[in-house]
Amino acid sequence: MFYREAGDFKTTYREDSQTFPIKFDRLRFYAVLAVAYGVIPLFINDYWANAVAVPFLIYAIAAIGLNVLVGYAGQVSLGTGGFMAVGAYACYKLMTAFPEVSIFVHVLLAGGVTAVVGVLFGLPSLRIKGFYLAVATLAAQFFLVWLFNKVPWFYNYSASGQITAPDRTVFGVFVTGAQTSAMAKYMFCLVMLTIVAVLARNLTRGMVGRKWMAIRDMDIAAEIIGVNPLTAKMTAFMVSSFFIGIAGALFFSVYLGAAEVGEAFGIQKSFLILFMVIIGGLGSIFGSFAGAAFLVLLPVLLKNLLVGALNWPTDLAAHIELMIVGALIVVFLIAEPHGLAQLWRVAKEKLRLWPFPH
Amino acid sequence: MKTTFAALVAASITLAAPAMADLSVPNLSYRTGPYAANGIPYADGFNDYFTLLNERDGGIGGEKVQVPECETAYNTEKGVECYEATKGQAALAYNPLSTGITYQLIPKVTADHHVLYTPGYGRTSAANGKVFEWVFNYPANYWDGASVAIKYLLSQNGDDLKGKKIALVYHNSAYGKEPIRTLEELSKKHGFELNTIPVDHPGQEQKSQWLQIRRDKPDYVIMYGWGVMNQVAIQEAVNIKFPMENFIGIWWSGSENDVGPAGEGANGYKSISFHGVGNNYPVYADLQKYVFDAGKSAGSADELGTVLYSRGMYAAMIISEAIREAQGMAGHSAVTPEEVRDGFEHLNLTEARLTELGLPGFAQPIAATCADHGGPGSAIMLQWDAMAKTWGPVSDWITADKDVIDPLIAEDSAAFAAESGTAERCN
Repeated sequence: MFYREAGDFKTTYREDSQTFPIKFDRLRFYAVLAVAYGVIPLFINDYWANAVAVPFLIYAIAAIGLNVLVGYAGQVSLGTGGFMAVGAYACYKLMTAFPEVSIFVHVLLAGGVTAVVGVLFGLPSLRIKGFYLAVATLAAQFFLVWLFNKVPWFYNYSASGQITAPDRTVFGVFVTGAQTSAMAKYMFCLVMLTIVAVLARNLTRGMVGRKWMAIRDMDIAAEIIGVNPLTAKMTAFMVSSFFIGIAGALFFSVYLGAAEVGEAFGIQKSFLILFMVIIGGLGSIFGSFAGAAFLVLLPVLLKNLLVGALNWPTDLAAHIELMIVGALIVVFLIAEPHGLAQLWRVAKEKLRLWPFPH
Repeated sequence: MKTTFAALVAASITLAAPAMADLSVPNLSYRTGPYAANGIPYADGFNDYFTLLNERDGGIGGEKVQVPECETAYNTEKGVECYEATKGQAALAYNPLSTGITYQLIPKVTADHHVLYTPGYGRTSAANGKVFEWVFNYPANYWDGASVAIKYLLSQNGDDLKGKKIALVYHNSAYGKEPIRTLEELSKKHGFELNTIPVDHPGQEQKSQWLQIRRDKPDYVIMYGWGVMNQVAIQEAVNIKFPMENFIGIWWSGSENDVGPAGEGANGYKSISFHGVGNNYPVYADLQKYVFDAGKSAGSADELGTVLYSRGMYAAMIISEAIREAQGMAGHSAVTPEEVRDGFEHLNLTEARLTELGLPGFAQPIAATCADHGGPGSAIMLQWDAMAKTWGPVSDWITADKDVIDPLIAEDSAAFAAESGTAERCN
């Protein structure tokens, strides 16, 4: 009824190729942005920021990053945790070496460092693909974690190997360290996520993204029509690692405040983010959000429901929570193998016809 | 999708807000994951002691104590969530039983004004109260533990460890790395050769590490392990026929759960402890009467008197004594977190008071001051008797080598103060 193209006339190419061609979609998008920027910061408290909003925003950045690589360019990666660690340690070294520089710059630079490392570990993708590439990136994961454990320079020779984020500001407002307000944390991550999402969306809509998808769909055919596999694969690794590096830097500096590499950036992290991408939907920016929301918010929700509302013992609740999340993943993937994004797409198609399906 | 989630989360959180208690001591425990075998008895001991106080004495100073429990699974992200979820209830003290979570909470509790009490774990240099206002780690810390182990070995070898080889098998995390610097200093001082062997989380696979030990043939092995890593290490040591009496675990590597799986092979394994074990203390009669027989215990009765149960109880006992001290100082019973911090800082736990609590000789006396948040730093050596399935003391209280440790603590806390811009107190 209200969700349709009819009457929504486009008179320029620019209008025709915009991200949200349907007016209702566009309005909905602005409404989400308005709520995220205008309403939530007014009400957010420490619990909501630290347990719900900030992890969701950061995991969404990481999921977008991995989705660029796995979903759009078709290169399987199990090195996400390791690349996040690169972002985190780069950010830590930059924060401690140049305390006067804004943390905003450091986070972006940390992403840049990760991009370089990502390209380095992406080189094998020119020769191998599929499961073999997954194993090569798995090696990156273990190597990077080992490196940050082994070389004391990365953690400034602290006795325990922990890295701790010092207090740093953006425009005079604390965004890392203990004095940070819930709103500052939330806003900083939100701005980063917005930048990343807009960038990723436009890259994937443009020529670069089309090259990635051509490589994903059939690399030989792509090569024949003139896509250079070297640049396509390397840019995919670069962009993906850049985003993942930003996520890692935020994860350490804004969210956790202190981290040790094996615990915070272990192989479980790689799998967690890969699951987010798969459950959310490969090759979809919205899917990255949905997958991150599913795997970050659902456990917190279940915990509060079972322990807080039903007063179950904490261990029983923790076990049941794992089982429920696991079962839901199975159910979702059986019902819709293309992830939550596909469910959303189907819902939109239905809405377009509703209420007159013929 | 997102909005539905948000609405549901919102609904459940409003439901979740528990009744405001006068005294709240959250228990950030872990009963799941690879560290559950150690986390469960500790959490039960912690809960049961407060239940005993509530049932027998009507709480502390007439105020009931609530112990909201939150599952962390030894995971730092869940630790943050648990801290944020519980801090709103004017939480008096936190005891997360995880060095990783402790590192994360140190800046947070300092900003939010809650006490972080980390007996025998956490950041060692928090013993320096001049820098760490809100953190307490008495009676002993990781570096004390390393020094006690070396002192014990010195006493076994006629005060001479020259030319001996000592291997450190450690959990490759903040926790396991802590003693390395101390042991390096001690190796310079006493002339032994130190070899460090890391084991990655969770430590279920240690074949290569123990192969290395079999090849190097160290005279002694010291272990800083936790969770499933302990059980595997002790089993592997049995497999390579390493002499058990030369194998010493820190206090986190010496519970019944750790030596049990290796059976009789583990006989003679040694471990340090900063409190007594076994259920020969009068307090256990009260625990049996008011908690277990009344069906109010958190765990099963066979945990009573085990090492980790006793340690959880020890932590609860210290926190309750600090609250009592705070009530005395403040002159009212509904104390605030700030007042409890003063209570921790002026805690004077004497032998006489321990006897009054039904724990004569259970632990060393503590007299905290503004600068000293680290306590006496002494511990006893226990040895496992696999036939009787009991731990028995094989040494008297050994005090750590403060000449080595104090400069290290000063150095590390000064580094923290410089990094975080903290000014020294107590001057």
